[in-house]
Amino acid sequence: MNSIKPYVRVAVALFVLLVITVGAAYINLGVFNTPVAMLISLIKAVLIILFFMHVRRADPLIQIFVVAGFFWLGIMLTLTLSDFLTRHP
Amino acid sequence: MRPDSTVAHQFEDATQQRDAATLGMWLFLGTEILFFGALFLSYMVYRLHNPEVFRVASEHTLVAVGTLNTAVLLLSSFTMVLAVRAAELKQRLMLVVFLGVTALLGTVFLGVKGFEYAHEIHEGLFPGSHFRFTEADPTRARMFFYLYFLMTGVHALHVTIGIVLLGIFALRALLTMRLEQLSTAVDLLGLYWHFVDIVWVFLFPLIYLVGRHV
Repeated sequence: MNSIKPYVRVAVALFVLLVITVGAAYINLGVFNTPVAMLISLIKAVLIILFFMHVRRADPLIQIFVVAGFFWLGIMLTLTLSDFLTRHP
Repeated sequence: MRPDSTVAHQFEDATQQRDAATLGMWLFLGTEILFFGALFLSYMVYRLHNPEVFRVASEHTLVAVGTLNTAVLLLSSFTMVLAVRAAELKQRLMLVVFLGVTALLGTVFLGVKGFEYAHEIHEGLFPGSHFRFTEADPTRARMFFYLYFLMTGVHALHVTIGIVLLGIFALRALLTMRLEQLSTAVDLLGLYWHFVDIVWVFLFPLIYLVGRHV
């Protein structure tokens, strides 16, 4: 808590990832452009949640709430897309 | 003054009180996750149906300005975390400074976003009566801009609320005698601010970076 070094490292990582995501958008990766962009966003989000939001050293009960929040989002996205991605016109 | 005089009578100690407050904040953020999640889901469904239209429409957003704004918001998350740290270490001056800087960066973000909106409305990209987008199927392209203005608009509303709270907290940090009580509140405001940052982290590539490689 007394050192700001971990925060500086995370901030630098976030800026590097921002540069990578913009750079990757200009390279033709075919169908993988959006998945790669989403993966980078996911890494950024996890870094922010674990280090900036202090979930890494939070009480286990709080960690369960955090995971549950995103898990329910996962259910919403997965079940809806399992319909739209498998429809036959 | 007793050391635990800031602990309400229903809590065992300060740690339990703080954990309870953090838990409540995450419960609120859980509702926010689903709120924004539904908007992201709509975006996904419409984009799956109209990949080409979304690509063409996305090219009309200002990618350099969007990248700059993302950097501003990421930097504001860093200054927010320093404010939370200052509150925990009871450094009043640092707390006020970092809350102020975070609010300032949030205001810069909103200013830049306003400039973008003005540009887009001038270009006829706002899906109202003056919508004049002709490059792709206009009724389908309209949906991209609906989602763009709705999602960034709701996000900007969250940033605005954050800035107002940052201002109030900076004032409280200046005026209050006891920083112990403010520390937990600043921590919770930090959680809110970082969450709003995370929403933007996902919005940015979905709005500005669709099909830039073509």
